[in-house]
Amino acid sequence: MDAMAPVPYRVVGRARETADTITLTLEPVGESIATPRPGQFNMLYAFGVGEVPISVSAIDAGHRLRHTVRGVGAVSQSLCSSEAGTVIGVRGPFGTDWDVESAMGSDVLVVAGGIGLAPLRPVVHELLRSRRRFRRVTVLVGARAPEEIVFRGEVASWQASARISVRTTVDYATAAWKGEVGVVPTLIERVTIDPEVTTVMICGPEVMLRFTAAEVLGRGIAAERVRVSMERNMQCGVGRCGHCQLGPVLVCTHGPVLPWSRVGPLLARREM
Amino acid sequence: MKTIADLIAEEELFQGLDKEALEFVAGCGSNVHFAPEDRILTEGESANTFYLLRSGSVALSFYVPGRGEVIIDTLGAGDVLGWSWLFAPYRWQFDAEARDDVAAVAFDGACLRTKCDSDNHLGYLLTQRFAKVILGRLQAVRLRVLDVYGAGATH
Repeated sequence: MDAMAPVPYRVVGRARETADTITLTLEPVGESIATPRPGQFNMLYAFGVGEVPISVSAIDAGHRLRHTVRGVGAVSQSLCSSEAGTVIGVRGPFGTDWDVESAMGSDVLVVAGGIGLAPLRPVVHELLRSRRRFRRVTVLVGARAPEEIVFRGEVASWQASARISVRTTVDYATAAWKGEVGVVPTLIERVTIDPEVTTVMICGPEVMLRFTAAEVLGRGIAAERVRVSMERNMQCGVGRCGHCQLGPVLVCTHGPVLPWSRVGPLLARREM
Repeated sequence: MKTIADLIAEEELFQGLDKEALEFVAGCGSNVHFAPEDRILTEGESANTFYLLRSGSVALSFYVPGRGEVIIDTLGAGDVLGWSWLFAPYRWQFDAEARDDVAAVAFDGACLRTKCDSDNHLGYLLTQRFAKVILGRLQAVRLRVLDVYGAGATH
């Protein structure tokens, strides 16, 4: 299959997550792309508008794809407004994954900020599916406000199941909110961490990545054990165009999931 | 059973204090408990106490006309609740309410203030520790100002 040729998929489901975020369920019109792994992304093409990289937010059996899209620009807003029956183009899956298997036998700390929960959601699904293969599992979710937490009902069900520890925090809330208030990096000091055996997976805006990584490093976790998912201006998805370049790293092929030991020093440099 | 001195010696806030200082601080402390929805601090009232939370969760809030009670922070085990006791005019700036069963050590801030005025070394040590707490909260507020979840995607 030509990696540059979009494969037609039809929107078969559309669920509103927040005021500006929609989860689309897609089915192939004809042939399908390979099954993505947690953390990988596809290029979604709104015909006549443009193409954007969107991580998979769940991995279903079969050829269905689920992508959660926040409408912040022309292309993503077009995708968000796609009704059932709309055909969109899909290229992928591209990039590295979270490599959940390599964390088996260890503690796992998942930290998500805003829409950053979408690429980590398949990780949580896998952790729950194979719960006994992991030690302590902690999921921290941050958002601006309670109504901006994506997958709210599902996060509540993770909390209720008590199979993993889940903490939610928002920047602002009224008295009705029963979670925590404060930015998500501040939760790091409140969770139990065994630094020698903890694998950390972080996804969110770059500012949040930097401060969260600093907190987990401060708890004694080695940078090699900290994985982050990077968002950059991916266009070709296959490492040819260079738009997503971060120094020597092509985020679309070397990433989007990268160890902090590799990406941290690059993010500390200005104008990169 | 652990004494107040034993309890606070384990806390980061008091690490590095010598035995004499710890004993003095412990002498100003007592174990307290709050039930869910108990009001712990009220904006504008005299600030003569501070709390070292041992368990449970506390919401710091501020009443905004038209919006009601807005929670601006939540604190948990190991956190310090209240620093207005250390700085004039010694009035609480926010409300604080227990969100569940809360166990804490309450310290007589007025007693500690008097001691700090006469023992500048202890005053320096405590001010230094509270400045670290305040710095942590300031950094958290700065992150909120950065709107860490909103930045990024433009497609």
